[in-house]
Amino acid sequence: MKPVGDQNPEQGDRTDRRAEIALGALSAAVLLLIAFMIVFVFAKAWPSFSHNGLAWFGPGGNVGDQLAAIFNSPANPDEYVYELHAWPLLYATALITGISVILATIISVLSAMFIVEFAPGWISAILQPVVRLLAAVPSVIYGLIGVLVLVPFIGNHIISQEQKESVQYVITLDGSSILAGILVLTVMITPIMVAITVDALRSVPRNWMEGAAALGVNRFRALRTVGIRSARPAIVAAAILATARALGEAIMLAMVTGSKAFSPNPLDGLTFFFEPAKTLASEIVDGSEGLSVKPFGETLYAFAAILLISSAFLSFSGWYARRAMRKYTLQAR
Amino acid sequence: MSARAHNRGPAALIGRLRTAHRESWSVGDMIGVAAAWGAGLLLCLIAAAIVIYMMFRGLQYLSLDQLFSHPLPGLDQSKTGGFLDPIEGTVILTVIATAMAAPIGIGIAVWLTEYGKPSGLARGVESGIEIVAGTPSIVLAIFGLLVFQQGFLSFLSYEATAGVAFGRSFIAAGAMMSLIALPLVVGATREALNSVPRHVREASYALGKDRISTIRRVLLPASRRGIGTGVALGMGRIVGDTAIVFILLGASLNTEPQGDIPGVGLLQGTGSTLTTYVYNNSPAGEGNSPEKAYAAAFVLLIIVIALNFAVDLITRGRGPSWTRR
Repeated sequence: MKPVGDQNPEQGDRTDRRAEIALGALSAAVLLLIAFMIVFVFAKAWPSFSHNGLAWFGPGGNVGDQLAAIFNSPANPDEYVYELHAWPLLYATALITGISVILATIISVLSAMFIVEFAPGWISAILQPVVRLLAAVPSVIYGLIGVLVLVPFIGNHIISQEQKESVQYVITLDGSSILAGILVLTVMITPIMVAITVDALRSVPRNWMEGAAALGVNRFRALRTVGIRSARPAIVAAAILATARALGEAIMLAMVTGSKAFSPNPLDGLTFFFEPAKTLASEIVDGSEGLSVKPFGETLYAFAAILLISSAFLSFSGWYARRAMRKYTLQAR
Repeated sequence: MSARAHNRGPAALIGRLRTAHRESWSVGDMIGVAAAWGAGLLLCLIAAAIVIYMMFRGLQYLSLDQLFSHPLPGLDQSKTGGFLDPIEGTVILTVIATAMAAPIGIGIAVWLTEYGKPSGLARGVESGIEIVAGTPSIVLAIFGLLVFQQGFLSFLSYEATAGVAFGRSFIAAGAMMSLIALPLVVGATREALNSVPRHVREASYALGKDRISTIRRVLLPASRRGIGTGVALGMGRIVGDTAIVFILLGASLNTEPQGDIPGVGLLQGTGSTLTTYVYNNSPAGEGNSPEKAYAAAFVLLIIVIALNFAVDLITRGRGPSWTRR
């Protein structure tokens, strides 16, 4: 759209053109920044990847010991230690993120249904600020409550003495566990998903639901089969957003999961959930004091590179999911 | 159709149609409804538990002189002072980051909605903003450290050893923090600009205004609310972020200006904010004094709730959207 007429067309056009170029350059700077970020972080991380090859991603040895060895590398650049098999960290990250997102998806879809359809007006009026509040609480507060309330509770009341004894030669169970991490993380990401799902359910065209009602199904089934189904892309987009948030959560998980680079063993049965772990992001927080030790710093940048790639990938798939949604004329934000 | 029924969602109508014919409720459906009620009430319960617990602990441990005394090193908890410096740090950092994020974010949003040519670049910028929004703050933090440790940027912090900057300062942390707020500002501003009717622009053009003066005199004033929402949401995120502060603010207990120039020295200096204060005083950090952590967390929570309330005030009467972006 171009403006018509101007008192002084020549000059007006030129200022406008200049403004357009300035603002365009500002916007393009964002792309430049991202390019810089990827190049810088990967360049810094490269030694760690190149020394280990694909074994970087594999299991083997004790990650904690390996990290300590890297940290205590000799000062001579030729003798830097890089050996690292980061599997336990990757595994813990995927495990905690995955389970939390699944739990959060279930809870948020159910509560969105509740808000849109079943809740009496006053409850849904309360729930709106409640969801916003839960989404706005800083992660460090969640971490604080987790480490001071939830962790001791799990350690003292939920883990039985036999369970502690069953693994006492491997690891001490004190409550700092995957379970604590998953629970707190679920509480953190659920509100984001609820808000998006509620908006999507509300934007389902009214006559679709009326059609279902005309066929004589009850409210729950109409909502499930028509509402939820047409809001599916929004739910996917919400889950992706929540995954990105969960993946990058560093401080809270560093506080509640015990921060031990330990690979929880599914063969331990239920005890599995009581074992400590450490995610990529929380290892960066824990190790941040060693950033100035060159090989150790480079290893931490390798973790950051993995996070960066995963989150960029998630952003793309989120964008794709939202585009798919426009086909159904549902507006997702 | 009353507005109230509309707010209840499209399917509310079905409730009224129920009398028209008999519905069959299978056991599975009833379990589903019960689960939905359970999930909704669970959310209320968790929020209530968090707020009440934090309020209880906060009021129990917070005292007025903590708000006005500097933190001090020490083993005896009664002598480690209060958290004046972290509060100061939170304010300074929020101001710096907002001052960077707001103009840049508005500029990008204006370009995307009003110019947006070439369209390939516009689409690229759009997904770029998305990527920035999705990047974990811990990654932004150590990327920032990498950038600000470059020798030629040492004027933004100070030179630690010859040719290598310390890389940690209020400026460094503020710049990275602004990236957290940026996507929120861009999103809210774009939405506001898009909701300005087309004929308003046309009227301005008809009066002989070019695009940039239309934007400055007409569109931006008209989208004040949206911009305010975005900025307030961004401030909420900045106040609550720990990772960037933890890595980029130097982790010193007190606000410590560098150099001799009063104002600039503060920006080059290191410090702490409420979030890192809470982290360091939790069992996970070095201080381990839960009372202090609870008190500071309470103050932090109040700030966040206040910002939340500000957003509600700004957006009041703008429809029942649940995602505020």
